[in-house]
Amino acid sequence: MLRYFGRKLLIYALTFFLAVSIDWMIPRFMPGNPVQNMLARVTVTQTTAASQKLYAYYSHLFGLDVPLWQQYLTFWNNLIHGNLGTSVYLFPTPVTKVLQNAVPYDIALLVPSILLSWYAGNKFGAFAARSKWLDNTVSPLGYILTATPYMWLGILLAWLFGIVWHIFPIAGAYSFLMLPNLSWSFVGSLLQHWFLPFASLFLVGFGGQAIGMRNLIIYELEADYATYLEALGAPKRLIRNYAFNNALLPQITGLALSLGVVVAGALVTEVVFSYPGIGYLLLAGIQNQDYFLIQGCFLFIIIGVLLANFIIDVAYVMIDPRTRRGMTGGTA
Amino acid sequence: MNNPKKTNEFVYFALKNKKVLLGFSIILIFVLLGLIGPMINHNKPLDYVDPTGAHPPSADYWFGTTFFGQDVFSQLVNGLQATFLVGLLGGGIGTLMGMLIGFVAGYRGGIVDEILNAFTNIVLVIPTLAVLLIIAAYLQVRSVVTESLFIGFTAWPWAARAIRAQTFSLRNREFVDLARMTGMKSLKIIVTEIAPNMLSYLVLTFILQFGGAILNAATLDFIGLGPTNTISLGLMMQYSVLWGALQLGSWWWFIPPGLAITIIVGALYSMNVGLDEVFNPKLREL
Repeated sequence: MLRYFGRKLLIYALTFFLAVSIDWMIPRFMPGNPVQNMLARVTVTQTTAASQKLYAYYSHLFGLDVPLWQQYLTFWNNLIHGNLGTSVYLFPTPVTKVLQNAVPYDIALLVPSILLSWYAGNKFGAFAARSKWLDNTVSPLGYILTATPYMWLGILLAWLFGIVWHIFPIAGAYSFLMLPNLSWSFVGSLLQHWFLPFASLFLVGFGGQAIGMRNLIIYELEADYATYLEALGAPKRLIRNYAFNNALLPQITGLALSLGVVVAGALVTEVVFSYPGIGYLLLAGIQNQDYFLIQGCFLFIIIGVLLANFIIDVAYVMIDPRTRRGMTGGTA
Repeated sequence: MNNPKKTNEFVYFALKNKKVLLGFSIILIFVLLGLIGPMINHNKPLDYVDPTGAHPPSADYWFGTTFFGQDVFSQLVNGLQATFLVGLLGGGIGTLMGMLIGFVAGYRGGIVDEILNAFTNIVLVIPTLAVLLIIAAYLQVRSVVTESLFIGFTAWPWAARAIRAQTFSLRNREFVDLARMTGMKSLKIIVTEIAPNMLSYLVLTFILQFGGAILNAATLDFIGLGPTNTISLGLMMQYSVLWGALQLGSWWWFIPPGLAITIIVGALYSMNVGLDEVFNPKLREL
């Protein structure tokens, strides 16, 4: 047990280290120079003495005037102290503060949509497997849903429910007429604005999970134990229950692996609905060439995904004791 | 393993499988649309052919015009070319990288496998799109080809993992042992003995990578990090949302690109399921 988690933690630590290093490397090894870009934005050219002074000043401010190895160490040092730099776009707010305001919206959007789509998708997929008419309706629907780009489903929902039918608002996290406060009308407004982005994330995830479960159940029903039970005359329900339990395990792994995709989906969904989470910030950061904000968002996404993966790992061990043996035994 | 009779059998079942046929015909139709479209419609996708605001579909402009008077049909057919290029190139690179790492890790085993596997697991956990986002954000000029390269080089871990597991199970089979005993080089064993035996698997992997690359490209384009010098389906969606097509009710602007992506990727998935049934006789009935 201890060895299993020790190994897992090592992988996570390595992943975090690599991701953070990538985060540090990209701006420094890409063509172009953030400081120059920043100065170019306010149309300061390189020729005058004043601009050279500005360039030197900003290079020093962002710590770009020391050797690379030193920059790398400073970067880690700042990170450990919770310093992600200052946002250029929302100057002079520190990036950590900007992120803090955005994260609750992401959690509110992602946690329910991931969990619900996983639960409902698995239930539906299990129903659909090997039942002719359900399979002929649920499966194509599931495939169409997983094939849908997140933002397009978002655009479609926003257009139908927001513009054509006027049922839901399509922008922001709460009504523009309100200030955040603890009242029923504000909570209602929050929920109203939350529903459409949630629904589009839920639907795409639902399709993928349902398909995954359907295929797994079909494989399970082909397995020897299912045939054996059938030959013994066991009721269909019992066999299906066994198949469902066995198929659930790969689905948990699948959930961990699909997190990155879901997070990316949430980013664009937030852009469509102007929902003020990390995705929306990221877009603002990109449009304003706010490198510190972009880096901060990236780091935050990494930490979130790693954390979620870890939770899934723990859940997996609790559900299936075989993994412990599998991990320490080193089989494929 | 490459006897002609077996290949014929696969072709026979593939041609009888409705899912394969449906998926394949849809893809073919869209490929043709992307190739022939620009020939029958001479409007350049980014030219302002009718700058009098957004017009609904008409005889002149089959899919209407954008807010700036660009021809939506022309954008769509030209965007399809970019979509297929990204799918082929990005999906192809992803599959090749996956094969390279999967074959080596699975066949070699031991310490090589441990290292490659750890590396794969690490890259698998990092949300690749986030990496793509920052790379793209720092590149000032981007083309469809660079976009495909980046997508391909970040999409391989899935493929590598699956191919490694398959190679692992084939590695100790008798015919591979036999080949090893005859003194065949490792590379040759992988190419002539192992790869043909999991060809079906590789085909399915490529199809999934193809679809994944298209969806990833759409996401990148939509967030404003797509190619800077051309049109694509994702860029069409970005422009439509950016210029208020939703509020103005210009549905002909944002529905076609997303619908095209959904249908293409859906058709790929359908082909994937159908081919799975073709290759795996156990799934064929029903």
